[in-house]
Amino acid sequence: MGQQDAPLIATDIHKQFGDVEVLKGISLEAHKGDVISVIGSSGSGKSTFLRCMNLLEIPTSGDVQVHGDKVLFKVNRKGVREPADRRQVERLRSQLSMVFQSFNLWAHMTVMENIIEAPIHVLGVSRKEARERAEEHLNRVGLYDRKDYYPAHMSGGQQQRAAIARALAMNPEVMLFDEPTSALDPELVGEVLKVMRGLAEEGRTMVVVTHEMAFARDVSNKVMYLHQGKIEEYGNPKEVFENPKSERFKQFITPSY
Amino acid sequence: MDTILALLEGNQIFTPRVLTEYWGGFVTTAQLTVLALLIGLALSVPLAIMRTSKNPIINYPVFLFTYVFRGTPLLIQLYMIYYGVTLIHGIQESVFWVIFREAFYPALIAFTLNTTAYTTEIFRGAIQATSRNEIEAAKAYGMSRALMMRRIILPSAFRRALPTYSNEVIFMLHATSIASLVTIMDLTGVAREVYARFYAPFPAFIFVACLYLILTFALVYLFKRVEGRVLAHLRPR
Amino acid sequence: MLDLHGYGPSIMRGAILTIELAFLSLLLALVLGLITASAKLSHNVISKGIATFYTTIIRGVPDLVLMLLLFYGGQWALVELSDWAFEVSDGRIDFFIQFNSFVSGVVVIGFIFGAYMAETFRGAFMAVEGGQIEAGKAYGMTGWQVFKRILFPQMMRHALPGIGNNWQVLLKTTALVSVIGLEDMVKLAVEAAKTTYEPFIFFIPVAFIYLSLTAISEWTLKWLKNHYSAGVVEG
Repeated sequence: MGQQDAPLIATDIHKQFGDVEVLKGISLEAHKGDVISVIGSSGSGKSTFLRCMNLLEIPTSGDVQVHGDKVLFKVNRKGVREPADRRQVERLRSQLSMVFQSFNLWAHMTVMENIIEAPIHVLGVSRKEARERAEEHLNRVGLYDRKDYYPAHMSGGQQQRAAIARALAMNPEVMLFDEPTSALDPELVGEVLKVMRGLAEEGRTMVVVTHEMAFARDVSNKVMYLHQGKIEEYGNPKEVFENPKSERFKQFITPSY
Repeated sequence: MDTILALLEGNQIFTPRVLTEYWGGFVTTAQLTVLALLIGLALSVPLAIMRTSKNPIINYPVFLFTYVFRGTPLLIQLYMIYYGVTLIHGIQESVFWVIFREAFYPALIAFTLNTTAYTTEIFRGAIQATSRNEIEAAKAYGMSRALMMRRIILPSAFRRALPTYSNEVIFMLHATSIASLVTIMDLTGVAREVYARFYAPFPAFIFVACLYLILTFALVYLFKRVEGRVLAHLRPR
Repeated sequence: MLDLHGYGPSIMRGAILTIELAFLSLLLALVLGLITASAKLSHNVISKGIATFYTTIIRGVPDLVLMLLLFYGGQWALVELSDWAFEVSDGRIDFFIQFNSFVSGVVVIGFIFGAYMAETFRGAFMAVEGGQIEAGKAYGMTGWQVFKRILFPQMMRHALPGIGNNWQVLLKTTALVSVIGLEDMVKLAVEAAKTTYEPFIFFIPVAFIYLSLTAISEWTLKWLKNHYSAGVVEG
């Protein structure tokens, strides 16, 4: 049990684009209630790693499992590795909701329609129940009065909060955040971070790729620092921020004025 | 009503009888346009999906179809189908003659194939213009390809295609005028008949031109209204 | 050469006629389109009104109806005119002009596509940045110089794709001229099909010629686009 029961385990993930090896063997284990921040400079592979975990990118080697359900791979006729069972991937993704850097809300649907879409059509929840739950989540992210707006008619911060409500509506095992505040104007970052902090306190399991050092230090219980596709530093934020073992990480977290 | 009738008595061309003929022409034009568009719409959706396939065995035949029908004049397509059918040996004695004697069905087939080709390419463009981000979100929420096509890609593509498709509708309304060249009494057919009967080109053709203008404006107005509703999500506020 | 029951050579002549007709109509359409676009962008209410009326009518009425109206209407008007002249002059002026169907075809198609070209040119003129024109003026160019040296060359780059599209449609519209009695390849194919009862062996080659013409046009336009997009960085 124990390890088997962890909501999300990624083991020795490698990813190669052409000749460039972006990920050189990264592992991660998210237990229930973990908030893991993945940080690193651009090009460190942190977003690619996150996308490998819900198979938006197919890892060149390495394994992913959600609650012990391990993704099966095969090698296709062109010699490229791909998931053996499409259904399994779809099932797995529905348990890991992702929040994207540029929100990726469906533009032709209102906020409400965005939120109930996947619960109804992927999870098979009834429309009535989906709407009721969506209203709760909208209240929670403070967007109830915007529920009939189209994404294009809202600010970036509102769109990202709507996207978080959409992710919550899947009742996911783990929430994946891909630089959720990087595309926002500075004055809108706070409202999104506040919602994320609330989710962490509630005990949600989250993996967050971010540039927000304060969030990584104060909210998460584990920090992973990537450099050139490898884990350079990993541990409890209090320990690693106060006593960094790696010289690079030390430089990374020292503000340069 | 009485004043209109009085006016009509004063001229020799636009008698009630001739106006009834124009009405019949309008009905034929409307039937050809609407039927061709509806059938074309139904056919073009699966074809457009096939056209976006990466598999050449699925994609290429559809490409060939749209290329040929968009690259040749509609008149040739109409003649080919009309004469192709009516000049088949023995067809005039067969049971099919009941259907093909009228020229309506050959014309409908030609118009349908033509609009299917254009509409397929319109939808293909709209499907391929779907935002990568939105597709990625659909994948990340566990949607299968079919579900994604049905719920995300097609609904947003249809909306995006609407302005271009409205041009196609007007194009089709105008294109049906060539049905008159294969003996069909559509609006243009009636106008030609009236011209020949009275040797009055201006009244006959200007009248029918005005009718087409009104129909065109009505369609443009209608589509603007629909676009206003359906494309609300893209308009900035 | 294809024999086609002896119709082959005449269908080839029809094809050449189609090409000549298409090029001459294109020329007329370009000239009319430029004039109309300038009128639409001018501040003169009357020329603006006429230009708008022209483009609205043409785009709201089927090409075939316009063709019939202009051809038969023109013929009728000429006959009326000569009758009138004959009467007024007590028979001293007696002329009769037979419409040349090739010239009529060029005029009618050029007139129709002039309206479409006008919309293309108008959009292209408006796409040229105001700053470009101001820069020209700031260096002391006259209005004509600004037009010729700066506005026109830049406008053409924006107009080229639209002109290309119109050309492709124009090419296919030439098939309609058989209606006003022109012996183009469509008319010849119809006659041959009716006489021999073998429609496909005539229509398929004709369709193929049209297809080749559009394909050649497509390639040429692609080449022109690459050629004329010098100095333009694409998105």
